[in-house]
Amino acid sequence: AALSLAALPMRALAATDMVGEAITAFTGGADVGERGITLTAPEIAENGNTVPIEVDAPGAAAIMVLAAGNPNPDVGTFNFGPLAASQFASTRIRLAGTQDVIAIAKMADGSFVRASQEVKVTIGGCGG
Amino acid sequence: GNWSRLAAQQAMTQDDLLSFDTSGNVTLIHITDIHAQLVPTWFREPEINLGVGEALGQPPHITGTDFLRRYGIEANSALQYALSYPDFSALARQYGRMGGADRIATVVKAIRADRPDALLLDGGDTWQGSLTALRTQGQDMVNVFNALGTDAMTSHWEFTLGLDRVTDIVDNHLQFPFLGANIFDAEWDEPAYEPYQMFERGGVQVAVIGQAFPYMPIANPGYMFPGLSFGVRQERMAEVVAEARAAGAEAVVVLSHNGFDVDRKLAANVPGIDVILTGHTHDALPEPLLVGKTHLIASGSHGKFVSRLDLDVRDGEVKGVNHKLIPIFSDVIAPDSEMTALVEAERAPFKDELTEVLGRTDGLLYRRGNFNGTWDDLICDALLEEREADIALSPGFRWGASVLPDQDITREDLMNATAMSYPEAYRSEMTGELLHTILEDVADNLFNPDPYYQQGGDMVRVGGMGYRIDINQPQGSRITEMTLLKTGERIDPTKTYVVAGWASVNPEVEGPPIWDVVEAHIRRQGTVSVSPNDSVQVVTG
Amino acid sequence: MATGVKPRVRVPKSASAGEAITIKTLISHQMESGQRKDKEGNIIPRSIINRFTVDFDGENVIDVALEPAISTNPYFEFEATVPASGSFVFTWYDDDGDIYTEEKAITVS
Ligand SMILES: [Mn+2]
Ligand SMILES: [Mn+2]
Repeated sequence: AALSLAALPMRALAATDMVGEAITAFTGGADVGERGITLTAPEIAENGNTVPIEVDAPGAAAIMVLAAGNPNPDVGTFNFGPLAASQFASTRIRLAGTQDVIAIAKMADGSFVRASQEVKVTIGGCGG
Repeated sequence: GNWSRLAAQQAMTQDDLLSFDTSGNVTLIHITDIHAQLVPTWFREPEINLGVGEALGQPPHITGTDFLRRYGIEANSALQYALSYPDFSALARQYGRMGGADRIATVVKAIRADRPDALLLDGGDTWQGSLTALRTQGQDMVNVFNALGTDAMTSHWEFTLGLDRVTDIVDNHLQFPFLGANIFDAEWDEPAYEPYQMFERGGVQVAVIGQAFPYMPIANPGYMFPGLSFGVRQERMAEVVAEARAAGAEAVVVLSHNGFDVDRKLAANVPGIDVILTGHTHDALPEPLLVGKTHLIASGSHGKFVSRLDLDVRDGEVKGVNHKLIPIFSDVIAPDSEMTALVEAERAPFKDELTEVLGRTDGLLYRRGNFNGTWDDLICDALLEEREADIALSPGFRWGASVLPDQDITREDLMNATAMSYPEAYRSEMTGELLHTILEDVADNLFNPDPYYQQGGDMVRVGGMGYRIDINQPQGSRITEMTLLKTGERIDPTKTYVVAGWASVNPEVEGPPIWDVVEAHIRRQGTVSVSPNDSVQVVTG
Repeated sequence: MATGVKPRVRVPKSASAGEAITIKTLISHQMESGQRKDKEGNIIPRSIINRFTVDFDGENVIDVALEPAISTNPYFEFEATVPASGSFVFTWYDDDGDIYTEEKAITVS
């Protein structure tokens, strides 16, 4: 158990319409598939203030990342130029609590795909 | 196989314990989670060890008579005593203490007499858990494991000595590799330790991959090892396995501190691993558990067991595996005199402290189990009284040797249950809501159906409070009926309670070390009597 | 004004033409989110790096839009291919109008 908590470990949920609005703003309301994008994040965050994530969507023009449980779900968007060797990027993000991280890729043909993963933010302690 | 014959004979001999039909061309010797226990000790295995999801009702989540039946262990036998909890105190007096570095040395030497190039692999949680390891910052354990001829290790509690000390040991004292494929530099995301070591044994290449405890900065104080990142890193493991194979490995062994259920999932998801030597969750299994083509080995804790594994490696692959979990009955296995001398030398500076009697116990003091144990009940009693608190919390550690009924409690016994580098007994105020949040959080770390979300400890122990837990509910809904025992009233989410605890993972925690709090309590009581704890109601159906 | 801002990049010194090379960048920056309060309870104004670009001899590799949910000391890892010897230019754009740049040459054989 812990004394003070930077982020409470209960599931955090942003207003779902904010997530929906961010997705619509990116996709223009187009259908979003599930194949061709990989999001890699730790199952359990070592520190909710700096959570490493990786996105990879071969052939994507851009990948947007959202944190569905943050007060503001926007995280960032990677736009890949002609000299990108792959449509892969890795960064570190802030998570206000246990939540889904979402990545949506805009493919070269204008279609969209998404992936998401739950990242648990815990107060920790104890062990074997 | 070996078990029923041994049990039937009743009288054990060292030859019985060591007998083995040597096979194949590579021998592995596994020891893990010794928690700095250099001399023989008592350690009661859990009564409650619940599995969830795919692990429901599967080893190692089988206890008591179910366990005895599954593995064909005779009632009241030595193996019942070693591997399960029923009649522990009575059987302990009959069969004696277990473990001891000098008995382990005898076993290792006997195996190496048979197979001189046998690999001795240590799964970690080696440098923490005793007074002497605390006082010497793990040096006693490093000296002993060097002398045993250890070939590689991985880690968990090692890092609670602080990164500077770990670096000092690895660079200047340790005579074998300290492996961790999943330990990364957090700034540039680059490997911070060697991921694996290749050994040529019996004419074949054996890769030993180290996997440190994945949840290090969460379960233990992250400020003690700044700049390091851990995690399960399944993709990284797959890469390292492929790298080892490409480098010519004909057998791939993962020396793991993931915990059993995490390793079960890893084995299912990562191809190419022949053996996982599991650790952290302190399970002892008489037989390997096969997941696909991967053999999972569980070798217990506190020096109670050593596993021997003979591999038949031919044509670039493992064709056969021959296994024995060797119980270290200290009254049966003769001590190795060189190791006895080394252990005595390590303990000599602390002899007076170790043997000092603090009081007595009229009941068995044990820790292991998902919900409570009498050691932590005693610690919680001490926290409630000495720190004048409403509620006490004691972490769900799985380490800590037992003390038999009607025995003295020595300072060594107390330190075996408390020795660590962040022992401050804090006293703070928490709302009922925060207490609920903490219990829910810890419960999810134990009962999340996906093993990669589990941290492998037990439930935080509570004093002064009762609750009901339904382990199959999602996080936030498992814990209900939280009750303050001294008034019988429900815990009020908006009300503030005085909470005493220890081993906070936060920096700058103030308070006396927990062993001072518990010592004062034991001395005041003279003889401690821990009343049966029925304050936690568990729902599993 | 953000203070103590220091960019760092890791780029291989050489590569073969068309090879995918891994680039890592870090910039020390507190990334003040605009959601924290000071001791007096006043909101600390947002001050973040809001854009990061990487170009090679005028052609783009990656262009990232950053929100306050990017951690302190923004870190990026990505892959580039370079056709010939030349220089990467890394540019970080601060809310306060400051622009930080770093340049790294690479030899292509
Ligand atoms: Mn352990
Ligand atoms: Mn451990």
